[in-house]
Amino acid sequence: MKQIKIDPITRLEGHGKIDIFLNDEGEVANCYLQIPELRGFEQFAVGRPVEEMARITTRICGVCPEAHHMAAAKATDDVYKVKIPSAGRKLRELLYNTFFTADHTVHFYALGGPDFVVGPDAPPAERNLLGVIKKVGLEIGGKVIGLRARCQEIIQTLGGKKIHQVTAIPGGVSRGINEEERKKFEEYAKYMVDFGQFTFKLFEDVVLKNSQYVDLILNGPYTQKTYYMGLVDENNKSNFYDGKVRVVDPDGNEFCKYSPSEYLDNIAEHTEQWSYLKYPYLKKIGWKGFVDGRDSGVYQATPLSRLNASDGMPTPLAQAEYEKYYKTLTEDGSGKKPVHHTLATHWARIIELQCAAERAMELIKDPEITSPDYRILPTETPHEGIGIVEAPRGTLTHHYVTDEKGIVTKANLIVGTTNNHAAISMSIKRAAMGLIKKGAEVTEGTLNKIEMAFRAYDPCFGCATHTLPGQMPLELNIRDKNGNIIQRVKHNI
Amino acid sequence: MKPKLALYWASSCGGCEIAVVDIEEKILDVADFFDIVFWPCVMDFKYKDVEAMPDGDITICLFNGAIRTSENEYLAKLLRAKSKVLVAFGSCAQEGCIPGLANFYDKNSIFEFVYKNSPSVDEQSKGIYPVPITHMPEGEIEIPEFWNTVKTLDQVVEVDYYIPGCPPQSFQILNAVGAVIDILKNGKPLPPKGTVLGAGDKTCCDECPRERKEKKIKRFYRPQEIIPDPNECLLDQGIMCVGPATRSGCDALCVKANIGCRGCYGAPPNVTDQGAKMVAALSSVIDAQTPEEARKIMETLADPLGTFYRFSMASSILKRVQPKTRPDSSGK
Repeated sequence: MKQIKIDPITRLEGHGKIDIFLNDEGEVANCYLQIPELRGFEQFAVGRPVEEMARITTRICGVCPEAHHMAAAKATDDVYKVKIPSAGRKLRELLYNTFFTADHTVHFYALGGPDFVVGPDAPPAERNLLGVIKKVGLEIGGKVIGLRARCQEIIQTLGGKKIHQVTAIPGGVSRGINEEERKKFEEYAKYMVDFGQFTFKLFEDVVLKNSQYVDLILNGPYTQKTYYMGLVDENNKSNFYDGKVRVVDPDGNEFCKYSPSEYLDNIAEHTEQWSYLKYPYLKKIGWKGFVDGRDSGVYQATPLSRLNASDGMPTPLAQAEYEKYYKTLTEDGSGKKPVHHTLATHWARIIELQCAAERAMELIKDPEITSPDYRILPTETPHEGIGIVEAPRGTLTHHYVTDEKGIVTKANLIVGTTNNHAAISMSIKRAAMGLIKKGAEVTEGTLNKIEMAFRAYDPCFGCATHTLPGQMPLELNIRDKNGNIIQRVKHNI
Repeated sequence: MKPKLALYWASSCGGCEIAVVDIEEKILDVADFFDIVFWPCVMDFKYKDVEAMPDGDITICLFNGAIRTSENEYLAKLLRAKSKVLVAFGSCAQEGCIPGLANFYDKNSIFEFVYKNSPSVDEQSKGIYPVPITHMPEGEIEIPEFWNTVKTLDQVVEVDYYIPGCPPQSFQILNAVGAVIDILKNGKPLPPKGTVLGAGDKTCCDECPRERKEKKIKRFYRPQEIIPDPNECLLDQGIMCVGPATRSGCDALCVKANIGCRGCYGAPPNVTDQGAKMVAALSSVIDAQTPEEARKIMETLADPLGTFYRFSMASSILKRVQPKTRPDSSGK
């Protein structure tokens, strides 16, 4: 048995590792994605004042602290059974949609995009953001930096800090914005909305007009039929900050729709002794192992999933692209949902980017956004609360129980990428089986195409690479039975 | 030949990396001045490349993240040996930061919750704890060991300098890196060992725009219990703020957003224990005539230990809370 190790892959709330075993015929026997890290936030939350969770859980992830900040704040509001004032909610939503715009941008341009813009078989040294800039012009690099700088300024103003926000508290937020700030941010929001349109145009020119790429999306070894999860509003339109969790089955029919308080009736977690990270699944279907299909409780919670789980986008430009997306990705052009092609996640992600930018614009134009009534003091005795938001990498659930003084006695967290842990493992295996053929040499391009399977999820092991020239080094060693390396492939993603 | 730079993360959140990236286009100047020989998040170099280097080959290594697992400790020792200058970068490496709050508990209690008592773990999985080596039908797979106690970088290896903050503010990273480049470029002497770079030499209060009147307080308020006056010192209003026990350098961002400081820039100069310093600071603002009265006022303060040592538990005099259960013999 030959063993292929990819170690370390980096960043899934830490580090990651893939082992691919080949049988004596040189075909893939099995694959294991292992997460070699744990920090124990749920345990050391115990004893802390519940309002501090919004400042503690940000440190789960320095790339998406906004998601933990908001999920914690919403769970804490629920602990105190306080309904926050409308202006407070809008300020939180403005911060959150600005964050979504920035986060999806850096993934698309630095991490996922290079595979398409530069090409999946391009030399690794070019397959990064710098390669993207080289191919499509320096102007784009400037646009991306400009987008990020504007978003970060809004986030620092509303959240207190660019990284690890502090302003969301039980009952609202600790600061508002004045008219001068509002005006400036309206200019920024316009930049964000235009950036979304620009990104669609780029995607159209580079990906959709290239029949090879369209073929890779539709016919490559990247299709997996699972359940799909996403937050929706009262009209079943996609929402990142609030709503109910809707799950559709592999045929696109609604399977369930639950409120945060019902998450334990719907989600359970499986564990394996060889990984520190757990495997959530749909409780009512059950854990049937690493398999897809209607009878397996495995689900995905990604941009692709959120589009599948919704009846549309709440903003016009995003909705127009949503319709085009489904029309293009169905064989008969009928637009029938769902889409199962994992690589289409990149397209879904920029539709969400556009939606978040449009939503930010709506909020910044809302006369209430400069209202000083952005917080109230909670009066109920604290007890238990659950908060759910969509993190860019999946539905994020925070659940706290406290004593009567609001000191945490129990905390349970189901974090973005974790939702997709089983699906990512399966995608890697499927791609490896489809691409590693008996007797054929495993080239760097082959390896990259295997990784494209998990890169589409924007897993948190991609977190730290988000904003840099997009290189995440992987090494793949093919070993004989005695552990001797007989082939080595190195590259960046 | 260019000086060689390495960057590494151990047990951390990635925020330090993002803070480096937030220096924006100046990252290109850094990449130009240094030969970056190891940066797993952006460069194609691996552990074995570092292992193959001669000792002291790396000019400067910026190490972020706490020491949580066997892998973290291995990399800390490896990079110490290979680096002339080792910098504890950010709060996790310097003082344990938020991950260090795990030292209120131990490995067993963490595993017990995560893999057994968590309400979402299913019945069949309850009590299945991760183990370092698993024999699968196809072969052996391995994960690092989870230590019992979170350690700071300087509890594992010798550290030359510190850059504090959770995360370090980008303008401070620029200051620190700029100073290093100036030293290397112009052959200037290195600062004394143990120097804190990229921060101020006073307390957070020094950067705070709020007016301090040294009021005497009769009780503490939690953030959700009071709407603070926008101009007065938060502590004077009874709102917990660790500013007096925190090094300056962040530009007092949290207090400017009407939220009390939690001390992410670490202890101020000449203070070894941030929590003890905060206790001393509180003694001058609490209005109590008797020890009994002082005790009653302190009782209105939620979680003093977890607040005073929010970022520095692992580096404090205490280091950890003694576990009620016996630590797992396999833990360290």
